[in-house]
Amino acid sequence: MIVAERKPIEEILPWLEGVRSVLVLGCNECVTVCEAGGKKEVGLLASALRMVFAQQGREVNVGERTLERQCDPEYLDELRDSIDAYDAVVSLACGVGIQFTAERYPSKAVYPGVNTCFMGAALERGVWAERCQGCGQCLLALTGAVCPVARCAKRLFNGPCGGSTAGKCEIGPDVECAWQRIIDRLKALGRLADYETLIPVKDWSKDRAGGPRKVVREDVRS
Amino acid sequence: MNAKTPSRLEKILRAGHLAVTSECGPPRGSDIGHLAAKAEAIRRHVDAINVTDNQTSVCRLCSLAACIRLKLMGLEPVLQMVVRDRNRIALQSDILGAASFDIHNILCLSGDHQRFGDHAQGQNVFDLDSMQLLQTVRRMRDEGRFLGGDPIERPPAMFVGAAANPFADPFEIRVPRLAKKIAAGAEFIQTQCIYNVERFERWMQGVRDRGLHEKAFILAGVTPLKSAGMARYMKNKVPGMDVPEEVVKRMAGVPKDRQAEEGIAICIETLQRLKEVPGVAGFHIMAIEWEERVPEIVERAGLAPRPAVA
Amino acid sequence: MRLGYPESVKIIRVPCTGKVDALHLLRCFERGADGVLVVGCREGDCHYQSGNFRARKRVGEVGALLERIGVGGGRVRMVNLSSSDAPLFVRAAREFHEAVLAAGPNPVGRRRRPEPAPARAGAPNPPPQEAIRP
Ligand code: SF4
Ligand code: SF4
Repeated sequence: MIVAERKPIEEILPWLEGVRSVLVLGCNECVTVCEAGGKKEVGLLASALRMVFAQQGREVNVGERTLERQCDPEYLDELRDSIDAYDAVVSLACGVGIQFTAERYPSKAVYPGVNTCFMGAALERGVWAERCQGCGQCLLALTGAVCPVARCAKRLFNGPCGGSTAGKCEIGPDVECAWQRIIDRLKALGRLADYETLIPVKDWSKDRAGGPRKVVREDVRS
Repeated sequence: MNAKTPSRLEKILRAGHLAVTSECGPPRGSDIGHLAAKAEAIRRHVDAINVTDNQTSVCRLCSLAACIRLKLMGLEPVLQMVVRDRNRIALQSDILGAASFDIHNILCLSGDHQRFGDHAQGQNVFDLDSMQLLQTVRRMRDEGRFLGGDPIERPPAMFVGAAANPFADPFEIRVPRLAKKIAAGAEFIQTQCIYNVERFERWMQGVRDRGLHEKAFILAGVTPLKSAGMARYMKNKVPGMDVPEEVVKRMAGVPKDRQAEEGIAICIETLQRLKEVPGVAGFHIMAIEWEERVPEIVERAGLAPRPAVA
Repeated sequence: MRLGYPESVKIIRVPCTGKVDALHLLRCFERGADGVLVVGCREGDCHYQSGNFRARKRVGEVGALLERIGVGGGRVRMVNLSSSDAPLFVRAAREFHEAVLAAGPNPVGRRRRPEPAPARAGAPNPPPQEAIRP
């Protein structure tokens, strides 16, 4: 999933100076699962905003709404009838949803209510960790299904740096060394000898480095 | 063995002498006089001088400019190059810049993560990793081509080195990782500083078992300890460093004002033991902000005078 | 034995403090409550293992948010006691009452009701439910 974190309300408040109505807009997908921008978080932020506006003596209509997805025109269109009631939208979707909402409603000010962090997985309730950076050319087959791009602090392709210590990365004891993981996996698979195969220089043109990316599937395209 | 480059370091190693290298860190400003003085002080006691590249991610004068200065002084620099700060375009461009001043040695490194440095909020690059940089330099030199494939006019003539840490984890790939670096093109290896000689010997056994010492020159790294505090710091705080408890105890066992001398003594004893380890081709003495003691260390370890080569 | 706790205290029963959501707490303040005391079972005595521990974390989180938005973090507090320990409850209620009195009225004001649904509703989310029914 895409993992996000709620923005502190202090960061959001200055954007809402002078607005008379604001829609707090959540998303039912990833941000719900990572507890940053689902219906519950919409309720919390809306409630806090109301309390702030009340203390400021402002009459601000704070609406709450959570869409199935903000990254899909079909669901965004559900707002068409109600969006005019609002001066601004605080979207708690990931950066994709925030932008897509703004694209769909070009005359509305849309502000981010979360910091979108990474593509990751839930290690346990309340703990999420990065697993993929969408580099566009997956090499997990070579690395025992442990990603050196996303999980090695130096995205090294050919083995650990000299700082790997007791399974931890040199950047800190709370970070796993990806290369320790890769070696453990290769060993478990009986493929440790594969480690000595040099992974060639990476083609980063499929990554962010190549410019904004697009995937087109002609066979399913309407 | 015939030298493939005009590097003096390469010639000395290929002639079968135990080589001695040392290193200097460039200043945190544009006054290069101090670095020049440090290098001058060790001129007659070392074969080549590494110049670090923004080590520990603290921003300093660039390694390339400092290497050029040493070269102009008639010294033999080893250009250290980390892949943290530059992409493949900048790396190759700097290699050509160094080659234009006839800098003949390069050490390819990944570099410490910027989290440790003075610009922890910076972006990092890591377009290539250190092994891919090794391959790149070898390709530029041996095939006369850029990574992109285009030919290079007057390719760089560089003796190519890499670092190895016999003490880091995961343990089972310490030797395979060296093999991989050598396969990628490393011709000489400078190791992490050695305090645990037994463990280094075990690693060297693995290196010899695979004949790797015949494929690349292994320079054993040492760093004299200045104080018991430094020993403890290295033991506990520096990732991938192995300082045995008895070394810390020995440093702590002498009065503060004599700890520096004890550190030098340990360093010399270590060098003497390392000289006996088969497959060791030389030494890399990293005397951090203590370069003035290098000549004495070299002499007392029986490594002076340095050989002359054509 | 009849022990009196301050009259202004209104008791809302919940099956377990683990049921008390951050949103419930915020709604109370939004509607003008001056303080909310969450009374949980003693640590280790939770019928659902960890309900009271989770409640404590939420209370901490809500307190921090209330502090940051100017309402005051001291207006929400959690205590743990055994349900049979009336004197302890009364003491906690009195102490908290004192603390809330000292903090003064909730700056959000009492007159406010929860925000109605947007003026021109397409298909708005239902208005916030009654938080917890006694
Ligand atoms: S290699 Fe690329 S695509 Fe595959 S997991 Fe890593 S970042 Fe994602
Ligand atoms: S310690 Fe491991 S994860 Fe961290 S930078 Fe080095 S190789 Fe990568």
